[in-house]
Amino acid sequence: MVKLAEWRGKELFRKYGIPLPRGHVARSADEAEAAVRSGAVPLPCVVKAQVLAGGRGKGGAVRFANTIEEVRESATAILALEFKGERVKELLLEEKLPIAKELYLSLALDRGARVPVLITSAQGGVEIESVDDASIDRQPVDPFPGLAAYEKRRAARMLGLTGAARAALDRLLDAVWTLYNREDAELVEINPLAIVGDGLVALDAKVIIEDDAAFRHPEYAEIRDDRTPLEEIAREKEIAFVQLDGNIGVIANGAGLTMATLDVLKEFGGRPGVFLDLGGTDDPKKVTEAFLLMAQARPRAVFLNIFGGVTKCDTVAKGLVEAMAQVPAGERFPLVARIRGNNEKEGVEILRHAGITSIPTLRESAQAAVAAAGGAP
Amino acid sequence: MTVLVSRETRVVVQGITGHQGTTHARQMREFGTAVVAGVTPGKGGSEIEGVPVYDAVREAVEATGANASCIFVPAPFAKDAAIEAIDSGIRLLVVVTEHIPFHDMLVMYHYGRSRGARIIGPNCPGIASPGNSKVGIIPNVVFRPGRVGVISRSGTLTYEIVSGLKDHGLGQSTCIGLGGDPVVGTSFVDALPLFEADPETDVLVMVGEIGGTAEEDGAEFIREHLTKPVVAYIAGRSAPEGKRMGHAGAIITRGRGTAQSKVAALENAGARVARFPYEIPDLVTEALKGPGRR
Repeated sequence: MVKLAEWRGKELFRKYGIPLPRGHVARSADEAEAAVRSGAVPLPCVVKAQVLAGGRGKGGAVRFANTIEEVRESATAILALEFKGERVKELLLEEKLPIAKELYLSLALDRGARVPVLITSAQGGVEIESVDDASIDRQPVDPFPGLAAYEKRRAARMLGLTGAARAALDRLLDAVWTLYNREDAELVEINPLAIVGDGLVALDAKVIIEDDAAFRHPEYAEIRDDRTPLEEIAREKEIAFVQLDGNIGVIANGAGLTMATLDVLKEFGGRPGVFLDLGGTDDPKKVTEAFLLMAQARPRAVFLNIFGGVTKCDTVAKGLVEAMAQVPAGERFPLVARIRGNNEKEGVEILRHAGITSIPTLRESAQAAVAAAGGAP
Repeated sequence: MTVLVSRETRVVVQGITGHQGTTHARQMREFGTAVVAGVTPGKGGSEIEGVPVYDAVREAVEATGANASCIFVPAPFAKDAAIEAIDSGIRLLVVVTEHIPFHDMLVMYHYGRSRGARIIGPNCPGIASPGNSKVGIIPNVVFRPGRVGVISRSGTLTYEIVSGLKDHGLGQSTCIGLGGDPVVGTSFVDALPLFEADPETDVLVMVGEIGGTAEEDGAEFIREHLTKPVVAYIAGRSAPEGKRMGHAGAIITRGRGTAQSKVAALENAGARVARFPYEIPDLVTEALKGPGRR
């Protein structure tokens, strides 16, 4: 998933006509000052760190400024922050508006019901998990007719909006619905949604775009979540690769089997360090690449657990033997293999020729992998 | 009588001229499935592995009486392929394709439902009934005919578990891989009543994963409606806490979705929950010997 920073989310909001405070992005105190001097952002204003983690207000990542000097001060202080592990590189400066009330509104997917759900609460501006369940409304929206007028009326009642503010909500809901669908969003969240005068303004923007829809949205290709360099290489090669603290490297295929493998290793006292999900591949080269990537993470031992379907056992065995030949002598590590399923006999035979025994059961092979990594602590 | 597929199932493979389509059309035939047609726009009139290829699903249905579709079409075109199958009268669609945007799947699901069509998947291994028919990609080698029904959200983990059952002499009636995407056409709640009604099934194995609340919803259904015994396994007890879907996601799931929550819900529903895949065969044997769930 691609989580958009607030200012990127707000660029989308602008595109779909969702009302915003006047604002400007800055990457230094000088740029912040210039934004105010040029009149792009009137004083008093808010200076906000553009980080993905929540809780910015409490964490000192949002400050108010009444003068140019305070703008510089706030910008300098926030740009020096490391907020929940994330270096602050960008700021959003916005005019400070006279807020009458803060509301909550989001559109998300209810996986169980298989429909988008419109979530509203009259208690905005705080983390929605902390709001009493009875004060939150969840309105399932059938994707076919789309957001219906009666559903909008219900949201207006829930948020206590009448007259001009209700008309503003109608327009805003249409915009959010269109954005959610056209941009392939997983989540559109406005918290707080502020009542200002008799209108509504989105003070924050949280938008998550679905990864699988990337083919329709090349514009998000440049935005990356934080990944380690090895994780980044793996992503380019379409291999799911996650680095943890342990010392056993796990190569499996499929998310469920990978998780089950980790569960069993932990049961026998093992500490999985890197796990790598080959997914479905018919290409021995991809297996070789995956294995060499694993070697770079320097595990104490590697546990290969493959159940051949689309990914055939002999494909994996060939790729593995090729990779073993390429790992320099000083960087080798013990390997415990278990390959089952399609073309199992051929795969086991290729491994046997290379001096590797495939252990057929999950329990025994996992125990062997834990032992190879130096045993349980 | 089996679940969803039988000897009467006549399969059209959409995307048959691609590598996966061709490979799995052959393997389905080797399993015993009547693969009667393939569809690839622009390749009509050719043959793949002796199967006639058509330009459109409607032509394939009219010429061969196909009544189920197995879709291997790449993700950007999968929604269109599914709508075409539904419009051509197909009422069982197995969507193998992975990485279909969930917005597309929402359309596929609701459109299918409005026309009385069932979708299994996407990103799923499909459905197989040993001795009858297979629509999908589950390796033929893992099966033997028998009386255990399997419903799983996983792919390869399903193969692992079905293969483990076979190694212990426990054959299967029907096995469904639902797929693990955010929006699936058939969930545990949809599949459970089919097995409850199936006279060929004596015991059910339910394989879940962390994330979402499909297992909790399934457990609720088991508690209320199922008379057959259930053995369950949830993968991911030791998984590090994953990326959350933001605050709104937490509001929808309300504390559910963890391995603990799923295991507790299933145990409360009277299911026998295995801690590891290799515990499943013994629990199935125990369930078969013991009285039913009620």
